[in-house]
Amino acid sequence: MPKITYIEQNGTERTVEVPVGWSVMEGAVKNRVPGIDADCGGACACATCHVYVDSAWLAKLPPRQEMEEQMLDFAQDVKPNSRLSCQIKVSPALDGLIVRTPRTQH
Amino acid sequence: MRFVIIGAGQAAAQAVATLASEGFSGSLTVVGEEPYPPYQRPPLSKAYMAGDFVRERLFLKPEAFYAESHCELRLGVTAAAIDRAAKTVTLSSGDTLAYDRLLFATGDRVRKLPCPGADLPGVYYLRGIDDSDALRRHLVAGKKLAVVGGGYIGLEVAAVVGKYGLHVTVVEAMDRLMVRSASPQVSEFYRKLHESHGVDIRLNQAVTAVEGKSWVEAVATGQGRIPADIVVAGIGVVPNCELALVAGLACDNGIVVDEFGATSDPDIFAAGDCTNHVSFHGKRVRLESVQNAIDQAKHAALAMLGKPTPYREVPWFWSDQYDIKLQIAGLVQPGDTAVVRGDPSTHKFSVFHLRDGIVAGVEAVNAAPDYIAGRRLIAARARVAPERIADTSVPAKQLG
Ligand SMILES: Cc1cc2nc3c(=O)[nH]c(=O)nc-3n(C[C@H](O)[C@H](O)[C@H](O)COP(=O)(O)OP(=O)(O)OC[C@H]3O[C@@H](n4cnc5c(N)ncnc54)[C@H](O)[C@@H]3O)c2cc1C
Ligand code: FES
Repeated sequence: MPKITYIEQNGTERTVEVPVGWSVMEGAVKNRVPGIDADCGGACACATCHVYVDSAWLAKLPPRQEMEEQMLDFAQDVKPNSRLSCQIKVSPALDGLIVRTPRTQH
Repeated sequence: MRFVIIGAGQAAAQAVATLASEGFSGSLTVVGEEPYPPYQRPPLSKAYMAGDFVRERLFLKPEAFYAESHCELRLGVTAAAIDRAAKTVTLSSGDTLAYDRLLFATGDRVRKLPCPGADLPGVYYLRGIDDSDALRRHLVAGKKLAVVGGGYIGLEVAAVVGKYGLHVTVVEAMDRLMVRSASPQVSEFYRKLHESHGVDIRLNQAVTAVEGKSWVEAVATGQGRIPADIVVAGIGVVPNCELALVAGLACDNGIVVDEFGATSDPDIFAAGDCTNHVSFHGKRVRLESVQNAIDQAKHAALAMLGKPTPYREVPWFWSDQYDIKLQIAGLVQPGDTAVVRGDPSTHKFSVFHLRDGIVAGVEAVNAAPDYIAGRRLIAARARVAPERIADTSVPAKQLG
């Protein structure tokens, strides 16, 4: 299973295994990684699953789709490496992915 | 402190999460009728029904979360009675739980078809995992599915089963789809959308009987007979408030709560689909949505801890049908002025609703920028001229 690393604002790092086909959001929720609310459960309807993708990984991710791009506008402190983690599907190519969780989701 | 939560759904899971993050260290028990830990229902009529989603992905929290939150899940049992004087809950298992504070998160249940033949095998409803699994077993190419009720759930099912190659007819008693919560403009868009996908939409037809010998064969309406191998009825829900009613709590189409989530008993609270509450616009409503369950549960949990905060969040909701996302914020009421922004034929448009000139609701079809702008304008109680809203040369962000 691909390993994903989540880093909190305070520097706490957690590396967990996430099944292929699941989202980076689900990897966090199922492993009790704090800092991701995911109110809508992955429907790209709430923007409470915002993460920052590590710069080394940015180019390896499929780009944001239109709905994600637009819904990101709801998140706080959006940066060029911001993503909605429910829209990042875990694949073998993402083994080792590093994302940072934001200060707040609301 | 002993807290008991009745119902183990979306609101219950959020209440546990909020109590845990607030550092609650008393005893916490969640009593759930279904044999499953809290799970999300929206995929049951969407990705899960489509077979794109394993069951494990439905669960809102991993088991370890409950253990860490010092929360005991008592699943597969119902709360059968409450003694408010003794402050106890009696379970169907015969056990009795003492509480200092109690939270109702009992949600609602489907309304059953009231017509003759409704108890025939082959008639399904959709509320829980078991319902979705049972229905899914019959999704076989070539079969005829009759959806009774043109609300969100029925329409989502109609959209998903097309993939399996079924012939789908939607029978709706009213003159348009999603009549309870969408505007006529949006209803009309969805009628055309479903028809373009080969769904037969029959409006103004009330089902008078389900026909069949040992299995459903057809649904009868005043206008004729619609052959069907399977029937799915989505004709609304009934709030689970009988237990509260018997215990003497104020109920009126839901358990009546104040803006902090307290019922008419100061030690008993309620959150989610089962509540009749004051919404952001100051009127009493009962809502059936994930947002409402989550936000009300947060406020109710805080109130249980003696830190009441008023529930003022703008309601929001979504529905996925085919590749189209409908997002709704605020509350649309009869008498509001509807302003269409964009062209429905492009499959990207929105309808803003103004009450006394103030933005009160927005329905956005594949138009997230309009939805986001609308939600912000609603929260700010902004006044925007209808001509400005309708002018798509003004970016959504600059509408305010
Ligand atoms: C198929 C489907 C699709 C949906 N899609 C969407 C969507 O796209 N977007 C959206 O916002 N909302 C959607 N919803 C609505 C959303 O799922 C509900 O609003 C939400 O689940 C409400 O949460 P709740 O905790 O109030 O109730 P529930 O999640 O229903 O939980 C209540 C639980 O309490 C249990 N219970 C009741 N009485 C007792 C008792 N006496 N003792 C013990 N347990 C009891 C019930 O069995 C149930 O498990 C959908 C619902 C369904 C059914
Ligand atoms: S979980 Fe709601 S947008 Fe990602």
